[in-house]
Amino acid sequence: MSEHHRVWKVGADVDTDQLAPGAYMKLGIHDIAKHCLEGVRPEFAANVKTGDVLAAGPNFGIGSSREQAADALVKLGVKAVVAPSYGGLYFRNAFNLGLLLLTCKDAQALEEGEKISLDLSTWTVVRANGQRLACDPIPDFLVAMVEAGGLLPQLKLRLQQQRAS
Amino acid sequence: MSKPTNTPQTLAQKLIAKAAGRSNVAVGEIVNCQVDLAMFHDSSGPRRLKPMLEELGAEIWDKSRVVLVMDHYVPERDDDSRRIVRIAREWALEQKLPHVYDSLGICHVVLPQKGHLKPGMFCVGGDSHSPTGGALGTYMFGVGSTEMLGVVVTGQLWVRVPQTFLMRWNNRLQPGVTAKDMMLHMIGRFGMNGGEYQAIEFCGDAVKALSMQERMTMSNMSAEMGSQVGLIEPDQVTRDWLATTGAKDVLIEGWHTDQGAEAVTHEFDAATLVPQVAAPHSPANTKSVDEFKNTPIQVAYIGACTGAKLEDLRAAAQVLRGQQLPAGVRLMVAPASLQDQAQAESEGVMQTLRLSGAEVLPTSCGACSGYGGSIPDGANVIATTARNFKGRMGSATAQVYLASPYTVAASALRGSISDPREVLA
Repeated sequence: MSEHHRVWKVGADVDTDQLAPGAYMKLGIHDIAKHCLEGVRPEFAANVKTGDVLAAGPNFGIGSSREQAADALVKLGVKAVVAPSYGGLYFRNAFNLGLLLLTCKDAQALEEGEKISLDLSTWTVVRANGQRLACDPIPDFLVAMVEAGGLLPQLKLRLQQQRAS
Repeated sequence: MSKPTNTPQTLAQKLIAKAAGRSNVAVGEIVNCQVDLAMFHDSSGPRRLKPMLEELGAEIWDKSRVVLVMDHYVPERDDDSRRIVRIAREWALEQKLPHVYDSLGICHVVLPQKGHLKPGMFCVGGDSHSPTGGALGTYMFGVGSTEMLGVVVTGQLWVRVPQTFLMRWNNRLQPGVTAKDMMLHMIGRFGMNGGEYQAIEFCGDAVKALSMQERMTMSNMSAEMGSQVGLIEPDQVTRDWLATTGAKDVLIEGWHTDQGAEAVTHEFDAATLVPQVAAPHSPANTKSVDEFKNTPIQVAYIGACTGAKLEDLRAAAQVLRGQQLPAGVRLMVAPASLQDQAQAESEGVMQTLRLSGAEVLPTSCGACSGYGGSIPDGANVIATTARNFKGRMGSATAQVYLASPYTVAASALRGSISDPREVLA
């Protein structure tokens, strides 16, 4: 994977209320996404580009079980999050919604605006200067879920195949 | 990869292994589990699952293993609530769901009271307080709506075998100190993500001495520690309580953590624990009750799955018996289930609460999640609920303190945060 991804940096303990603010939860996901991270990076939602990556501190996505906190990043085109640790429910929700989470203890070494590539064959983040940061391997079935765009499209495909056979 | 069968296992490992059809599992391993039961409510369930199921053209894998509880938007207060509850009721009829509990109480209390949970089961709930089931030796946790869709279609779910934290509470609690105080203390010590999605197991003499409802209060709030589940080894208390629910074929043998199993142990002394209070706006903001002495209170709320079960109502009545609430203090009581309310009524507990000046609200999630009741702006509130995040109870300017039913009742009675042991003495 030689695609390059621009890095947006955020700090530690980014909770689900920062990703999907409670005040907008009655709205649809595209409207919630417009307010994603507005408390910490007000310029983020309007300027993030498809394929960009979030580099965060520990405990990314702690808080509620609302899956909109993962879906908002997907709808904004975020390719992946790179962080040392995640809220447990968020980790599950992210893959179910098709968002790749890389667990990388050195995530905070990444710099704002830097262009990185993700090498999923060796589970490394490759920095602009060539430095490689190791990530925890992700089981194949979760990678497949992300590649399918999440659990819903994956189930749809599986059911279609079952019906066809 | 697989270890010899005599490897000591924690209770969490044993429960996962059973659901995965394995003799044992290793911490960190990812396994696929068969789900014994899926529970969801009017807010997390039909309104989200129905359109996704229709998009897939799929059916529920096993309707006998699905439980729907209407508790969040009942009683319906506005058009949005009416629409959401109507979707749930119509879908329940259309699907001919066999287990639907409409306006009978809060899902985490109704589910075990109706005999759906037993030791050894592997269950999911569409709500973050689903770990309540751990009090019965059930591996139960909350999932998001898309993940619930996967369960409802396939009957399966993956899980990464978590590390176990053993929270050992030695000795016995003093009168007027409760499971809620134990939980607030632990959340204060370990923080909101302190569990790192581990399995927590509560053990020790003080836990063994707790009634089933008190155990549920502990397991419920393990969600506030960032853990996946909050388990308690089933014993005679479990067996006796389950006998009252009509649950059949209850087996408790073997559902315990083996000697030498891989776990991190933390020790606590129940005998020296004093009533705890969590200050705004986090359950982790916990200190001893005397640190908040003289903080004035305008609203007190005894409600929620974690704070208005029969024993919580009894505790409040014990404080308020023969007493009158002062002018300027509003005490609201929303029993956690109709069954608990009826029993409290027959024991005179509800009458005691009413005579003291408390208002009794309908049994539902109500004010805990900002769906009902009225919390005035700027008020100091003390509540038996699980979370005091800013704005959660409906007003962003309300200051919400969390405490046990004893402490909430005593604080209402005195008009300021008070140690219930002074009132009970």
